[in-house]
Formats: sequence, C-alpha cells, structure tokens
Amino acid sequence: MHELSIATAIVDTASRHAQGRQVCVVSVRVGALRQVSAASLRFCFEVVARDSDCAHARLELTEVALRLRCRDCGEEWQSEEPEFRCPRCVPGSVDVLGGEELEVDYIEVEEESECIAPG
Amino acid sequence: MHRTRVRIVEDALDANNTIARANREDFDRAAVRVVNLMSAPGAGKTTLLEAALRDLGPVRAGVLEGDVQGSLDADRIAHLHIPVVQLNTGSGFGGECHLDANMVRSALPALPLAQLDLLIVENVGNLVCPAEFRIGEDARVMISSVTEGEDKPLKYPLMFRACELVVINKIDLLAHLDFDLDLFLHHLDGVHPGVASMLLSAKTGEGVEEFSAWLRELAARETLAA
Repeated sequence: MHELSIATAIVDTASRHAQGRQVCVVSVRVGALRQVSAASLRFCFEVVARDSDCAHARLELTEVALRLRCRDCGEEWQSEEPEFRCPRCVPGSVDVLGGEELEVDYIEVEEESECIAPG
Repeated sequence: MHRTRVRIVEDALDANNTIARANREDFDRAAVRVVNLMSAPGAGKTTLLEAALRDLGPVRAGVLEGDVQGSLDADRIAHLHIPVVQLNTGSGFGGECHLDANMVRSALPALPLAQLDLLIVENVGNLVCPAEFRIGEDARVMISSVTEGEDKPLKYPLMFRACELVVINKIDLLAHLDFDLDLFLHHLDGVHPGVASMLLSAKTGEGVEEFSAWLRELAARETLAA
C-alpha cells in the first residue's frame, strides 16, 4: 500500500502550491517502473484529500512508459519488460530516459476574478 | 471565478527526500554509516543480522528495527548486546508497510549515534514500498531468499534496482528446491546490470563472513558529504 503514502505526498505537494486556493485538477506523471496501482492511488487520493484544498480535485494520472538508451551504441527504445540490457550490444549499460517519474506536473486552481488585476 | 493552471513539475516525494537529507546530515556529523536493509517478509533479515553482527570486529553497530507491530525482532537483536531501537509503523492506516524518512527521524533521539560507526535499519518486510522512500542511508541492501523463486527481479524491478547489493539467502535449501540460480542471476543482471550480489546461508553461516566484511568496509567508507 505505498499508494497511501504517495497520495498523501501528492496532496501535500498540490496544497502547498495552491496557497489556499481550491484545487480542481491535480495532474501527476507516473513512470511505469514505480509500480503504482492507479485504482488504489485514486481511492487513497480521495480519502487523503478530504480535509484539504484538494477535496474537490480530480486526479489526472499520465503513465510514462519505460524508455531506455544504450550508453554504448546510443540505441533508444521503449520497453514493456524490466529488461535493462541493450538488445543490440548486450551487455551494454543503459540510461533510463523515462519511466521513473512520480511527479506532480501541474494543478488547476480556482481564482477569484477580482484578484487578477492587470498591472 | 476562473481557473488557472499552475505548473509544478516536482517529485511527489520531495518532502520525504528533504527529511532524508536532514537525517543523512545528522548521520554524517556523527560519522555513522547507515544501511537500509530491505526484503520480503521472511527472507531472513533478522537471522542474517544475528549472524553477521557477531563478526564486525571493532565496528560499533546499532540496529533500528522497523515493523508494523511488536518488538520480536528487536528482542532477538538485543540478545547480542548491541543498541537496538524498535520502530513500529502501526499508527498509520492499518500500519505503514515501509519506513520513511520522517519515521526514522523520530527514532534518532533514541539512538546513541555518537557511540556508533554503523547503523543498520531493518525495513518492514515488503518488496515494493520501501524502495520508494529514502531514509538518509548510505547504502541500500536487499535480501532475496531462494525460496522466493527466480522470477522476483522481474516482478519487483523497482526494489532490485534500488539497491547496491543483493544478498541471496537460504542457499542451504538449494538442494531441496527447483530454484534455478543461474536464471535468477540472469534476471537480476537484466534488471540491474552489474549490481553486486553474494550467496549465503544465515542459518548455516556459509558465506556470512563475506557480508560481515562488506558491512565492515561500509563502516569505514568516507562520507561523500562536504
């Protein structure tokens, strides 16, 4: 159940940036490697957000696929399997380009119109 | 009322990482090296510690035991007459399944850091969650026992990639199991190429000296912090 801790961390991060404004959307990028269950995270988010500025927020989850690059030959590929060997020059070492994210990308907040005074 | 988008682009676990860095600074100041020991429940973390901690020579070790409930593990370690603190995670939503930086921070006042060279944090038995949460450790070690099967690196890549040493425990049982060690090592190398591994049996003692030596070397590691 790391989803509960992760949901708490997401709500805390979003609320900190909301600075008292009501949050409508919380957008989070989740890498395939993080082994997060989306259903479980949504459930936990709803529970944790209840008494926060995120109480009415929709959680948008974007899954980021595992993308790798070989350090030796420069080959880049997307992988469905946790296989960190270059298919061309095994046993090359690889860099992870994507798939490890657990990142609050943006939030959408309600603003009082009169607060946005130009100039 | 209108809606505004606020770009954040921040690791959701930043707050945990900040506390982990504060822990690390405290450990560095006290010149204590810290190991985060992780595994599935029943892989033999406590049994390995009981065997390895007898053989640390001049290294002064302490243990922080993380469990959802109870002090069974801490009681076992206390028999070795080394400082041990039990940390229960049970106050969460039915009990947190991992230690995080803040829990470890809350236990620091109970630890005699000034009298230690090495602190071993035995995490809650779990192959997913502990890998997510840094606690301010110098090294992460995981134990995988041969009774768990050779497919575990493929099923829990996050954990197998998070550690710098994989200890393969219970090798005394190899003769009784279908466990294919070569296949396990092949999967491990695919998930975390080049990661160090060692084979041992905490029960018979075979190979434990290698792990004790690894701990002694870690305790002697210079801190990377300024």
